[in-house]
Amino acid sequence: MTAIEKGRSYIGESVVRPQTKRLLAGRGVFTDDVTLPRMLHVAFVRSPHAHARIVSIDAAGARALPGVVAVVTGEDMAPVCSGWVGTLAHFQGMKSAMQRPLATGKASWQGEPVAAVVAESRALAEDGVSAVRVEWEPLPAVTDPERALDPLTPVIHPELGDNLAFTLELSSGDVEAAFKGADAVVTDTFTMGRHTGVTLEARAILADFDPSERRLTVYHSFQAPNMMQDILAHHLGLPEQDVRVICKDVGGSFGIKVHIYPDEMATCALSVMLGRPVKFTADRLESFVSDIHAREHRVKAELAVKRDGTILGMRVDDLTGIGPYSVYPRTSAVEGNQTIRLTPGVYRFRDYAASLRVVFQNKTPMCQYRAVGHPIAFAVMEAMVDRAARGLGLDPVDVRRKNYVTAEMYPHTSQTGYFFERLSHEEALDKLLEISGYRALCAERDQLRKQGIHRGLGLCAFIELTTPGPAFYGVGGARISSQDGCTIKLEPSGKLTCMTGVTEQGQGTDTMIAQVVASAVGLAMEDVRVLTGDTMVSPYGGGTWASRGAGIGGEAALQTGKAIRGNILKVAAAILQCEPEDLDIRLGKIVDLLTGEVRLELGELGRIAYFRPDTLPKDFQSELTVTRHYVPRHQGFAFTNGIQLSHVEVDVETGFVRLLKHWCVEDCGRVINPRLVDEQLRGAIVQGIGAALYEHLVYDEQGQLLTGTMMDYLVPMAAEMPEIVVGHVETPTAYAEGGFKGAGEAGTAGAPGAVLNAVNDALAPFGARVTSQPITPEVVLKALGAL
Amino acid sequence: MDETVPISVTVNGVTVDRRVEPRQTLVDFLRYGLELTGSHVGCEQGVCGACTVRVDGAIVRGCLMLAVQCDGSRVETIEGVAGSGAAGTGEVFDLQQAFAQENALQCGFCTPGMLLTAQDLLARKPGASSQDIREALSGNYCRCTGYHAIVEAVRKTAESRGRT
Repeated sequence: MTAIEKGRSYIGESVVRPQTKRLLAGRGVFTDDVTLPRMLHVAFVRSPHAHARIVSIDAAGARALPGVVAVVTGEDMAPVCSGWVGTLAHFQGMKSAMQRPLATGKASWQGEPVAAVVAESRALAEDGVSAVRVEWEPLPAVTDPERALDPLTPVIHPELGDNLAFTLELSSGDVEAAFKGADAVVTDTFTMGRHTGVTLEARAILADFDPSERRLTVYHSFQAPNMMQDILAHHLGLPEQDVRVICKDVGGSFGIKVHIYPDEMATCALSVMLGRPVKFTADRLESFVSDIHAREHRVKAELAVKRDGTILGMRVDDLTGIGPYSVYPRTSAVEGNQTIRLTPGVYRFRDYAASLRVVFQNKTPMCQYRAVGHPIAFAVMEAMVDRAARGLGLDPVDVRRKNYVTAEMYPHTSQTGYFFERLSHEEALDKLLEISGYRALCAERDQLRKQGIHRGLGLCAFIELTTPGPAFYGVGGARISSQDGCTIKLEPSGKLTCMTGVTEQGQGTDTMIAQVVASAVGLAMEDVRVLTGDTMVSPYGGGTWASRGAGIGGEAALQTGKAIRGNILKVAAAILQCEPEDLDIRLGKIVDLLTGEVRLELGELGRIAYFRPDTLPKDFQSELTVTRHYVPRHQGFAFTNGIQLSHVEVDVETGFVRLLKHWCVEDCGRVINPRLVDEQLRGAIVQGIGAALYEHLVYDEQGQLLTGTMMDYLVPMAAEMPEIVVGHVETPTAYAEGGFKGAGEAGTAGAPGAVLNAVNDALAPFGARVTSQPITPEVVLKALGAL
Repeated sequence: MDETVPISVTVNGVTVDRRVEPRQTLVDFLRYGLELTGSHVGCEQGVCGACTVRVDGAIVRGCLMLAVQCDGSRVETIEGVAGSGAAGTGEVFDLQQAFAQENALQCGFCTPGMLLTAQDLLARKPGASSQDIREALSGNYCRCTGYHAIVEAVRKTAESRGRT
């Protein structure tokens, strides 16, 4: 007989994603592609005002139109779907107002849905929307966060008393003493522009309520199906087991599709009210005013340093405007909270004080978008480090190295209480300098300056919060799972079907899970089929957010794989009348552990276990479907780290910034699929570049969005984007057997800071610097005094 | 009152006769009228390129053209050019392989438009450089990849077509 000497591990291999085939053939199934019998379409009447009282809604004209089935207002819907408040108990003192699927009484941002028109097609529903007459009484809009707390500013929700959603003060060490002992203090104020995720597939949901059984099936372009199931059950008053959420192909998410949106809740309520399937697919115009926004922050920072570049202390004051509601159920306090907690974390200084104010305003609600808080924190921190270095005539690399939390300091707890098991700042920096040829680029930059060519190099070191445990949401009362399950079933043919609670939006979750499972059990990858995103089928889990897929879902898959492997070997031992310990599974065959001799095909094992168990010992029961769960218990988060370098050229006549090249070295622990990690990083970096240079949701003083189309809101396109080089350091976590951590947000965490520093490096000979994003030509020219 | 207009269009080699509303866009006609859901709608303003299809051999934005304008035309969508995805079953087979190999797609929503645009470029300019590719694709928005892998996939396909 043939022998198989050793099994195969797919961990660390750039396996091609098998699931891309259908997407490449135009056979993906996105939510809007799903059509059900008797399906209706909904379009929403949205507030044209940032803040206005709804005096009356006259739907008669709309109701009279052909094809219009129903026009529903907030009052009509209130008995069917209860409202919600987006606060969490562990954000002490946090407050927000009751939000409903359709606004009642008044609208609080331009774009808030106030009525729904349901019709036989989306076009007819839109005709209906045009025919609904709403009488508005405009109210003064609160737009500027700086003035949101002024006594003369109107209070958006009078029942809350003021426009303050949340405030937080952090203090570590003795920051006053640090500043007294400083040789130099640098101070700056940073203005970060509001932007959003712009998933190419807009938000979409199709709700199908069957009144006979009172069961709701929802097709949803979403990241967290179990969270949605729980919330729909709660607010629509349905038993949880009768709500099924199915996430088929999701056309990009990035944190946009993990929140509760009033229009999506309304769509489900409408299906309950009408007893028919109702579909809502946002068009791009409503995406811009209804998808969550992010990152509108004003950060004042002060850094105290010694002459040799040692950082002594830092003060940070962050003010952020989150729109009129804190978004349910994750809240809109997380971004600011993470901003001030993450800011100093790369460095060893202990004296740190920070304050945060999160205020309400009449703009689209803000909430968590990819890399929550990180891009702001590290743009501020790293800009301050560069500024201090430049002021002291020191090398920016040396200043970073001098202040890093270094190898011998782990495990380490940051100024703000974050626990770092082990990070690799020095190795990452060394590798970055090597792969980028940093010193040569510096020399070239200096040479070109003499010719009037203004290039700049910008570094941005960062940490990334990944793999969160229950302290993130669960302890605050949000019913969002931090644990995930994995179920593996051995099919009679000897192949595996695997179901996981983590979800797929293009990251390659299903490929990554298949790699882990195939390696753990001992099968070929193509013999593992992974299924995600169906609450009726998948084990309970949190889904995909906060870079948790590999760290939590990957570990759950590993443990499940090990468990079913043990069970398969028990069946094999019963068949072969030997001990399980003497056998192994290699390339899908049962082999003798020592000799590798093939003893049994898995298909034969499956045949016996499922169809001829009568041939097995009477006291033996095979268990060939196994579920295991995993939750991180030993640390709140598995932090990762890295550093990015941006190389730019600034045209000082026009203010245009040209990206020449970008490098990133990051450490996400053990890498399951290097290509997938690299591509996560590249995509995330480009989202960070978008924030740094182009993307801006500009509002006027009345709270009207001025950049609400893809003509006005610039996203990164291929022609402007640089080549991106990625390198890795691997520091596996010892708290989980797989050693995996998250990688999804690191690119976005560091890119804006790197670009900001690169532009400022280019502008340094002019004594100019920019402190706001996006860094448009206008911002550059203003910094140069040319405007 | 019936305001629909009769059209006859050859879609992926099959002639279809339908009545359409004058206001219906080509991409909506393809998606909802013919259930060819591989063409996607991203912005409805001609910016994102997700709805890219071919009409009489030229790539167009399916959201900027009305179905009635295609009366008598030959329309090709991703379903037509991609075949089943297996070797030799569609004109973009090698592009599909290169995209898979380079991981030049994540969520896949932009991918049909990217493939059609890339195919158009390679037909017009077989030896396209990376910069040519970036410019040709600059009307196709991808939020996931950062474009690097897409450019690589198209460049490698250009190279391999040049060799054969």
